[in-house]
Amino acid sequence: MFSDTDTLERVAPSAPSPAACLRGKSKQLLERKPGGTRVSGKEKENEDWVACIIRIRDGQDKDAFAKLFRHFAPRVKAFLIRSGSDSGLAEECAQEVMAALWHKAHMFDPARASAATWIFTIARNRRIDAIRKQRRPEPEELTWGPDHEPDQADALALQQESEHLSEAIAALPDKQRELIEKAYFSDLSHREIADETGLPLGTIKSRIRLALDRLRHTMK
Amino acid sequence: MTTDIKHHLSDALLMAYSAGSLPEAFSLTVATHISMCDECRARLGAFDTVGGALMEDSDVAHLAPNSLDATMALIANGSAQPITSQERRAGGVPAPLQDYIGGDLDTVKWRSVGMGVKQAILPTSKDASARLLFIPAGSAVPDHGHRGTELTLVLQGAFSDATDHFGPGDIEIANEDMDHTPVADIGADCICLAATDAPLRFKGMLPRLAQPFFRI
Repeated sequence: MFSDTDTLERVAPSAPSPAACLRGKSKQLLERKPGGTRVSGKEKENEDWVACIIRIRDGQDKDAFAKLFRHFAPRVKAFLIRSGSDSGLAEECAQEVMAALWHKAHMFDPARASAATWIFTIARNRRIDAIRKQRRPEPEELTWGPDHEPDQADALALQQESEHLSEAIAALPDKQRELIEKAYFSDLSHREIADETGLPLGTIKSRIRLALDRLRHTMK
Repeated sequence: MTTDIKHHLSDALLMAYSAGSLPEAFSLTVATHISMCDECRARLGAFDTVGGALMEDSDVAHLAPNSLDATMALIANGSAQPITSQERRAGGVPAPLQDYIGGDLDTVKWRSVGMGVKQAILPTSKDASARLLFIPAGSAVPDHGHRGTELTLVLQGAFSDATDHFGPGDIEIANEDMDHTPVADIGADCICLAATDAPLRFKGMLPRLAQPFFRI
């Protein structure tokens, strides 16, 4: 556990600098409500995001969108900056990603992805398109029946599994976590990933496995 | 959906595809395999979950002051990107591949590379190349080694090499240490989607001379 001093030290901002706009961990510590345990807080949060997407899908709910926007747009923008985009382009792309979320809300399936996972895939595709200027062929969609409505229990279990995976990543030693971040944020080639996966994936592998079991079940 | 796929994507390829760092030719091959393989589709889902967790839990950047309003304006102006639904036309090759060959296998413009083997190069970015290979039943692709990685996905028929037997939906991941001679099964012609990030090296004199012309 962190002592109060640890927390304060981590929260204390360094002198304002261009990099000061990227201070996620500290912000998160600041936002964490006193008393609430991290796990239940985050699970609740995750369910809220899913509910927001459903409200956009079913009722074009602008308040729900604003809520999602305040949480995810700064993260999407940071992700794009870390992937090599300048701030202007990242801003533009983050707006496009969030607009795409609105337009694609009907395609969101909470039995197959958490809100964060789904938004990540939209942001990643925008990055490849706008920043790497490449195409990324996508697998064809699974064809559900016309009335497919995701099973509530499947959705809940998948959301929880995503949350556990997220916690497992957060709990990694900094070095390992940085390696995984590098793979996702800064264009490691698959060969570099192959050379490096052995180490960083070790600890979260069982979590990936459980998330996978859940997804397998959902797709049956 | 093919259910008896035995040869799957590696974790490293799935993670790189999830991260969006594969060359286009590899992405095409990975997307085509996933379209045929629910197991790898689920595994990709797990890797996407890693990406989502990292994005969710790491940095935040300051937005422009009018960011939300600007986004609402984008939304009001309609969809910026056309939303395409990737669905397979009945009886055809997987949708991502259809985009590259402009239809199905019967529309492919094959070019002979000798010994009955034919190929069609697909238009992708230059950091890696993708081609369809047609290997007549019972024939072999010339023995070749690799400088980089080669992915070979069976679309139709089957082939064997020194390592194993590969049927529809199976993907072989070959690295530079491997010299192999894929031989199509005797029963049917074999059609594969192959991607490499470096030119192949053929052993025989003739194929080596032909290489620059045919861009194998």
